[in-house]
Formats: sequence, structure tokens, C-alpha cells
Amino acid sequence: MAELVHLTIDGRPVEAAPGTLVIDAAKKLGIEIPAFCYYEGLSLQAACRMCLVEVERAPKLLTACTLPVAEGMVVRTATPAVAQARKSMLELLLTNHPLDCPVCDKGGECELQDMAFRYGVGESRFAETKVHVPEKQFSPVVFFDAPRCILCYRCVRICNEGLGVNALGVVNRGAVSEIAPNRGDHLECDECGACIDICPVGALTSGIYRYHARPWEMEHVGTICTFCSNGCKTTLGVRGNRILRGNNRDRSGVNGEFLCIKGRYAFDFLHHPERLQSPLVRSGGELRPVSWVQALGAVAERFLEARARGGRIGVVGSNRTTNEENYFLQKFARQGLGTGSIDHRRTGDVPALLSALAGRGDALATVADLYTTKAALVVASDLAQQHPLFAFQLRANWRHHHARVYTVTRGPVREDQYSVQALRVPPGGELEAVESLAPALRKEPELVILFGGGIRGAAVQRLVAFGDSLGIPVKYVCLVDYSNSRGAFDMGLAPELLPGYQPAPNPGLTLAEMLAAPDLDVLWVVGANPLREASLAAEKAFVVVQDLFLTETAARADVVLPAASAYEKAGTVTNTCGEVQRLRPALKVMGVKSDLEIFGLLARAMRLELGGARPEPVFEEIRANVPGYGVPAAVLATGGAAQTCPAAAPEIPPRPDLVRPASDTLFTSGTLGRYSKVLSSVLEFPGELYKGAGE
Amino acid sequence: MTFSPDLEARFARLLESYPPGRRRSALIPMLMYAQDEVGAVTGEVVEEVARRCGVTPLQVDEVVSYYSMLHRQPQGKYHVQVCTNISCLLRGGDKLYEQASRKLGIGHKETTADGRFSLEEVECIGACSWAPAIQVNYDFHHDMTPEKLDKLLASLEKIQ
Repeated sequence: MAELVHLTIDGRPVEAAPGTLVIDAAKKLGIEIPAFCYYEGLSLQAACRMCLVEVERAPKLLTACTLPVAEGMVVRTATPAVAQARKSMLELLLTNHPLDCPVCDKGGECELQDMAFRYGVGESRFAETKVHVPEKQFSPVVFFDAPRCILCYRCVRICNEGLGVNALGVVNRGAVSEIAPNRGDHLECDECGACIDICPVGALTSGIYRYHARPWEMEHVGTICTFCSNGCKTTLGVRGNRILRGNNRDRSGVNGEFLCIKGRYAFDFLHHPERLQSPLVRSGGELRPVSWVQALGAVAERFLEARARGGRIGVVGSNRTTNEENYFLQKFARQGLGTGSIDHRRTGDVPALLSALAGRGDALATVADLYTTKAALVVASDLAQQHPLFAFQLRANWRHHHARVYTVTRGPVREDQYSVQALRVPPGGELEAVESLAPALRKEPELVILFGGGIRGAAVQRLVAFGDSLGIPVKYVCLVDYSNSRGAFDMGLAPELLPGYQPAPNPGLTLAEMLAAPDLDVLWVVGANPLREASLAAEKAFVVVQDLFLTETAARADVVLPAASAYEKAGTVTNTCGEVQRLRPALKVMGVKSDLEIFGLLARAMRLELGGARPEPVFEEIRANVPGYGVPAAVLATGGAAQTCPAAAPEIPPRPDLVRPASDTLFTSGTLGRYSKVLSSVLEFPGELYKGAGE
Repeated sequence: MTFSPDLEARFARLLESYPPGRRRSALIPMLMYAQDEVGAVTGEVVEEVARRCGVTPLQVDEVVSYYSMLHRQPQGKYHVQVCTNISCLLRGGDKLYEQASRKLGIGHKETTADGRFSLEEVECIGACSWAPAIQVNYDFHHDMTPEKLDKLLASLEKIQ
């Protein structure tokens, strides 16, 4: 490591690595140098002039945000000249800035307000009329109010550099400069809203949140996004039992500040008018609302009856329910109902990867690894569409550390903008293409391989064998589709798997077999919609569905139990990298119960001894009993992510035939996506995956 | 979109004169040459230049809207640009602008009915040392006075 540079800031000595900027060196001393345009992780702009400091032997004030430290440098931040410069800058910024703080969304969390409070003067010398421009709507989620803009370029840079979307620019010059969208009067982009959150003032505001609340009126609940499998933390702003916004400004969680449209806005499914809020029981051919007692009684009776006469019972678990729910459900099925027929819709071949790795827990990559690895290989997945956080991480890694990224995909992907090699192959040709990269990959110091659901079974084994043959440290990510797809496997929602990838002694039917079995007596579906794409052969089967909405499957049910969403309950979920994180309930929806609570009530009605059905004791049971899940409780309790390292038993039979990736885009996401008005309101909906050909 | 063979040759030379990966450096000259030939930086020109320089159309638009020498609409035969930035303003630039406006009977970014003149009040054109300055097409006119402006406009009027 290069020698440290010594300098003095406000009379206090500090040392910093060469290349450190004065603004960051000051931070080490606890000295705040105010700035608007400077933003960690983005390119330097020096547009706002707020960070001017005095440097000894420099004739003028210098911008601390672009000034690298130098040996013997003497910096002063608390001189009359600096204080005056800050006052002048704020006075200039406020010449055209409307003083509509009382109705501005940003009021209370506005950086310009804070700066004016701390460094500004109370009055202005400008008596001229302020330039006013009417606000513009760039998209259903992005509004722009030009007079409030202070031209810090943060939004432009996060979009161009952070996302690689290039949807925002600054047009015109001088006092009439303003932010412009890429399609004349509107945006065509990821609609992620990063530009809104990064805006230091209220120039860019959210179509979902604007004029709904003052920030201090909301309760802020940090929980895990319930859509894709990346496991982003979203901090939900809740007021009056409604979620008003989602963001992650405190950078907690594996995602830092990153969120896509789903994490930031798509929570609206929760308040959809078609949300089920009462149990339904079929009578006279129609589903009619009944009390919970009646509905649970009806289910318990039929379950007990079916079990007593040795009937065929099938249980379908969910890609979105918590680990606790999944664990309890398989226990309910196997011990309570005596059936081995339990499955879920599989979206990636996690067991194949874990089998191939044979217990090498250190070969599983984390989300953080994607930002630090020297090289990455993306196989059969369009990350920007399906795993937006991972696309963001790899791009940030390339921008900051020159990571070398290789892609092997069916169609063009966003990584093409910077990847060192991009191979296009028809489905099935991926492995050959990957193997052709061997000479280049062997020269890399390390590698993370991410592969989509198109790579399964023997292909996964071949991929791992290829990784082993490179002679460099290789880590893997098996990409799955939904928020707890990984946890569904981990908790044994598969006939051949017990929790922790142990072989099940009496494997029952798979999901497809359950649907096809003409003599199935009971089908219990929790948070899944298998009848959207398939039909149920057993016409007389008693069907119980737990879900948020009257899906195709729920419409066929005999009893429908309204379930709580992830934003309404506690528990843990595991992202596609195997990192466990905790959910926190943000609100309550009247009439619904969490799936775990429903299981508990059913168990009691059936007089089953399955243990307490509350998240904490069930998670303790998981930690104690499920191999690989002995994660430190303190990490989870403090909102962290703890990676699990399950090892699949070698005798687990490979079932690549059961893996069916969902081919969702950035703007779709299974059942929940269908009920989010925000997702379908944007112009880009439903998005495209290689022009209709899903990966 | 295609340009004349001469312009195509010029573009080819232009793109070669920057280091590899720096194609975008050709942006401003390319826009100016294209404007000279096409008459304005039309939407089509923006798209084409963006493609050739490897930037987005929005990034081209940022540049076009910034510089007063680039125009999205065709201008008059004589495009009169009067600087009213600080140096010129202190030396009477604003008066010159008003005079030109009165004489030509048009305002900021307007064109006379016969298409002969267009007028624009511009930001600094880099001629502060000889303020106040006026630019007509590519020609600079320094140390302007009301009399010199009258003469200039009259002489332009006469040219056939």
C-alpha cells in the first residue's frame, strides 16, 4: 500500500491515502464540508461550489470535492472567507428557488433547507422576480419541478453512471438550464426512481408519494422487498396504516441505496381493491365470505378426514412466504398430514449447485462479492431485467474497480456496455460458449459465476467442473426468481428434500404430479398459483388456497384463506445468494392473517403437536435443526444479512425437469406484480426479455 | 441520413483526429458542419450525430441547447447575435440589442418575414476584450457602437 499523505485541516493533523479528496479526509476528523453535487460513488462534478475551502498558498478558494490531498497541505474550513463563500453560494442557489417548503415533498429532509439553516444568511439581496417554470411529468413515477432544481447533476449521474440507462440530461444554459428526459417530454427508462431519492431538493418528486405526507409524520420500517430474489432492503414510509413510499436512504441492507421500481413503488398491490379480506368457503357452487372459525373448521375437518382414510394429500408452498412459514408448512405436511407430497414452483436449480459444490460453503458468493470480485461471468440471465441489484453491483464494480465482466446470454444485455466479452448463444449452447472463455478466465485472479434458471441439472455440474478447472478461486450464484425462492428449497418445500437439503425418506408427488393425479383428495396451496398454467386433474379434490388475491387457483378452491403479505409480517427470507434477512411488519390489513398464523390455527383445530407457530421460536428451531442455518442471531436482529452455507446430501436425486424459470421482467413479478397498478402504469410495462423470448 | 461527399470526407477525417474511444470529442465540430450543410440541427441530424459519436441523442441535445452557435431551427440569412453578458452589458450591449431589435422589427430568436435576418441575445461569445461584441454568422464585430451597428445592418441589407 502506498504511503499515507499527511495534511492539516483546521489545525488538526490527518493522514489519508494518496488520491483521497479533501472533503473525505475532513470527514475522518468529523469536520463537515458542505456539498450538494459531491456524491460518494459517482463521478466528480464541482458544480455547486458549496465545498469551497481555503488552502494555504492557493490564491483562491478551492473545491474540496475535487482536491486530492497532498503532503503538507494546510486546509482551513472555518475562516470568514469560507463562511462568506457558503453564504454567497446559498444566496445564489436561492435566487430562483421557490420558497414553497411548506408544500414541498422534500420539506424536512431537504439538503438545501439544512444548508440554509446551518450556513446561509437569513435574507437575500435579490429583489427580482423569480424565474418560474410549470412542473412537468416525466413518467407516472417521476415529476420534475424545474425552479426547485439546483443543478447538482446527481440525478443525471446516478442514471448514466449508476444504472447505465442514460435517461436524464441537462439542457439549455445559465438560469434556464433544466433537467430533460431522454424522449423529448417523457422518460423511457427503468423507472427505478433513483433520481428522485438522490435529489437533494424537491426538484424530482415521486408520482406515488408526492403531496401525501410530511416525512416526519411517517413511521419508517426497514424490511425486505417481496418481489425478486436479490433481497434488497426497502424502508417503507407508513402513515395511517398505509404504505406511502419505499426507499433506502440510510443505505442499510445488501443494496445500499439501490432499489428498482418494485422495491421503491410496487408495494401498492397491498392496497389493491381486490385484496381478499375475509375467508371464503364454497357453498352452492360459489365462494361466500365466512368467519375464520368456520373456514378453519371446514379445512381441519376435511384434512383430518383425508388423513384418517389415508387419502392423497398434496401441499404446494410459496416462493414468497418466510423461512419460518416454509419450515412449518413442510413440518405440517410431513408430520401433521403424513404426506411427502410437498413442492413449490422451482425457478432455479439450487440443489444441483449445492450438490456440485459438495459442502464448499466458501464457494457461494454474496451480494457484496459482486461489488468486489475482480471478474464475473453472467450465464443465461438478463440481470438488468431480472436481478436489477446484481446488475447495479457489477456495474459499480466495473466503474470503481475495473471489474472484468463476461456474459453468455441469448440476447443483448445491459452489461454489453462495458463487458470484456459478450457471447450470444441459443438456449442450450451456453456451456459450450462458457468453455470457450476458458483461456481468458484462467488469467483472472478470481471469478464469480452467476447463472440463471436455464442452467440446471447436469449443466450445473458441468459449470462447476469448469469453474474448478480454471485453477482460480471461483464463487457461484444460482439465480432464482422470487423473494424467498431460495428459502423454499432451503426449508424443504420439495418432495425429495428435507430442510437443509437432506434426503427425504418417503418422497411424495411433485407439483406437476399432484396436479396430474386424478385421485388426489386434498390440494393445499399456499401463496402460489399453479392453476394459472396448468389444470387440476382431480375434479373432486378438496382445494384450500392461502393467498392475497382470488387467483386462478383460488377461484377453483373450496376454501380460500386471506393471507398477509411480506410487508405485514415478521420472519426471515433468504435471497438468491443464501443471505438470510429479517422482515419487519409495516402495517396490518384487516381480516387477513399471516400464513404462519393460519398454520398454527389449523394445527390447533386439528389437535396437532407441531410447536408454537410464531416467527421467533420457529426460527430458533430452524437455526438449531436445519444444516447451514446456524447463522448468528445478532446479525439478523440488527438488520444485517447472514449467509447460510447448506450442503446438499450427495444422494439427492437431480430434478432439472422441474425447474421452470418465471421469465419475469423489470416490470412484472408473478401474482403480486399483476396487482401492482404502478408496475402496469409505466410506459415500459411489461418490458421485454430478448424480444419476447424468455431466458 | 447521408451528407454530401465533401462533408462525409470531413467527418471521416474528424473522427480520426481523436484518440481511440474519444469519438465524442468530434461532437461540436460535427454539429457545426452538419448545420452549415443542412441549415439547422434537425432532429434527424441529432440522431445521426449521436450515432456517429457514440452518445445518446439527449447528450447531443444538451450540447445543442447550450451553445448559441447551434440552432434547432433554420435561421435568417444573417443571424445577428448580440452578447449581453457582463462585459458587453457594462459597455452597452443591452442597448445594442434593443437597437437591433428595433431596426429589424424582430425579437429574440425571431426571423424577419423575408428570411434575411434573425436576431438572438446570446451569452458570452468570448470577445470580452473587445466588448461590446456582435456576431453575424461566423464573423465577429468588435467594439461596437450604435453607429457601427447601423452601418453593419445597412451593409448587410444591401448585399444581394
